[in-house]
Amino acid sequence: MSNEIKPKKRRDFLFTATYTIGAVGLGAAIWPLVDQMNPDSSVKALSTTEVDISNIEPGKTITVLWRGKPIFIRRRTKNEIAEAAAVDIKDLKDPEKDSDRTKNPEWLVMVGVCTHLGCVPLGDKGEYKAWFCPCHGTHYDTSGRVRKGPAPKNLEIPKYEFVDSNTIKIG
Amino acid sequence: MSEEKYIPKSKLGQWFDSRLPLLTLTHHLTSYPTPKNLNYWWTFGGILTFCLITQIVTGLVLAMHYVAHVDHAFESIEHIMRDVNYGWLIRYVHANGASMFFLAVYIHIFRSLFYGSYKAPREIIWIIGLLIYILMMATAFMGYVLPWGQMSFWGATVITNLFSAIPLVGESITTWLWGGYSVDNPTLNRFYSLHYLLPFLIFGLVILHIWALHVPGNNNPVGIDVKKNNNETMPFHPYMVMKDLFALLLFITVFLWFVFFAPNVLGHPDNYIEANPLVTPAHIVPEWYLLPFYAILRAIPSKLGGVIFMFSAIFILMLLPWLDTCKIRSSTYRPIYKKFFWLLLFVVILLGYLGAKPPEGVYLILSRLATAYYFIHFLVILPVLGRYEKTDPLPQSISDPVLDKPGVFDKFKKAAAKYEGENASSFK
Repeated sequence: MSNEIKPKKRRDFLFTATYTIGAVGLGAAIWPLVDQMNPDSSVKALSTTEVDISNIEPGKTITVLWRGKPIFIRRRTKNEIAEAAAVDIKDLKDPEKDSDRTKNPEWLVMVGVCTHLGCVPLGDKGEYKAWFCPCHGTHYDTSGRVRKGPAPKNLEIPKYEFVDSNTIKIG
Repeated sequence: MSEEKYIPKSKLGQWFDSRLPLLTLTHHLTSYPTPKNLNYWWTFGGILTFCLITQIVTGLVLAMHYVAHVDHAFESIEHIMRDVNYGWLIRYVHANGASMFFLAVYIHIFRSLFYGSYKAPREIIWIIGLLIYILMMATAFMGYVLPWGQMSFWGATVITNLFSAIPLVGESITTWLWGGYSVDNPTLNRFYSLHYLLPFLIFGLVILHIWALHVPGNNNPVGIDVKKNNNETMPFHPYMVMKDLFALLLFITVFLWFVFFAPNVLGHPDNYIEANPLVTPAHIVPEWYLLPFYAILRAIPSKLGGVIFMFSAIFILMLLPWLDTCKIRSSTYRPIYKKFFWLLLFVVILLGYLGAKPPEGVYLILSRLATAYYFIHFLVILPVLGRYEKTDPLPQSISDPVLDKPGVFDKFKKAAAKYEGENASSFK
């Protein structure tokens, strides 16, 4: 009796071990096929852009392309800054202080991509006279924060720094 | 389902068939017994096969001239339209062919809903059919991106962004889908690759769909099982083949009317503007066949919620054979279900209309009501109706509804008497 059971157990172990090694091998073979779809080195290499901001008047926005996405750089008017600072952040869907969204309150730098489904919002439009996304009707305020509509988050702030008073480096 | 064993007549046929039973397969397909009461709504399976083959053949040819690169894609489409011999015709057939494919598939699906073809024992046919439908939507979406016009680009952006709604891993999934940080050249390339692959997967599923169909055989307008040895079925060839061909000719007439007289009416003019990642068109709309789902997406005032409801609207259909608890298949014998069927059809068309309208004011309110009804139909009305609906008595055989009509026998008798009278001499 014991002779019959023992070899069966050894065989079970061998089967399980074989399946396990096989599954690991299969996974290792599939991973390159999946990962090749992630951003490649040439795409990642394009990850910083320097922008000259000396010609932008107050109340004007320029749009530059960074990583294939539009970046809004707006020189805000005093009114807009005051409006953005006056909002009670408890009323916001994605609460963020205006001062946390800028390095210099005069300059608002953000990714011009609606956080709903990726359209480019239009400037100087909507209920807050700031940004409005025409695709599914999201309204953003003068700090780029979502105020109304289906978007879940404020417009994203990219990583950026002031190289000098006339140049911003994004990325 | 020919019960008797088929043996080829010729010696060569027998030699070949015993090694590879292709002749047996052909015999099975031609002699396949079909219920004699199938109406014209049953011709759309053949029409859909025609659509798939048309798309594969025209697509194969277009691939010989198209360039999948963001700098050349838009130009290469214009090149096909202006320079390639008959390129305009082939592209218009392919583009309108997609719309015709969806038109036919919607008729096919609603046929199934009306006559209860998804019910036991045909659940697997229904589920495979839905998988084909989902792959069709994916294929059509990726094909629409290839011309790299404004609608291509922004359609791709919006649809791929749906996945960013998934908590935690959403962002990584969209980056992975794009191969970058936005829809760009890597995205176009992989969409082209997959757009070429998916039709062949659809083709494989079509074979399974037909295989699964040939096990129980066709449902029919009366919805009761046919008795195979009681003159209730006819061989597929030539009877159904001829009927299918006639319906196909009518369908092709409509198809070619679009191709020759209104080739752009189903498309969007903005797609003749080259893609520009800095400017979103004022009003993004998907192709008409995706509009009902787009309306559901926009009806929900939350990003993740909208995505969940949109996908549920499709996947809920997979559960239909179990949500509809009524054993009676055909709506003909379900007076209450029949009314809800027409209401559902109306609501789906309404959703399609609302999907093309801006999401504000009365349109938004209507989209929400219609979305609510869509789900209530499947999750509440169908299970409850199955329990409480008083159905009409079913006939004993599929022949009865025709022969039982008052006066039918009298008409036969009269015709017979007339014939006898005219040919009195030959009856001696």
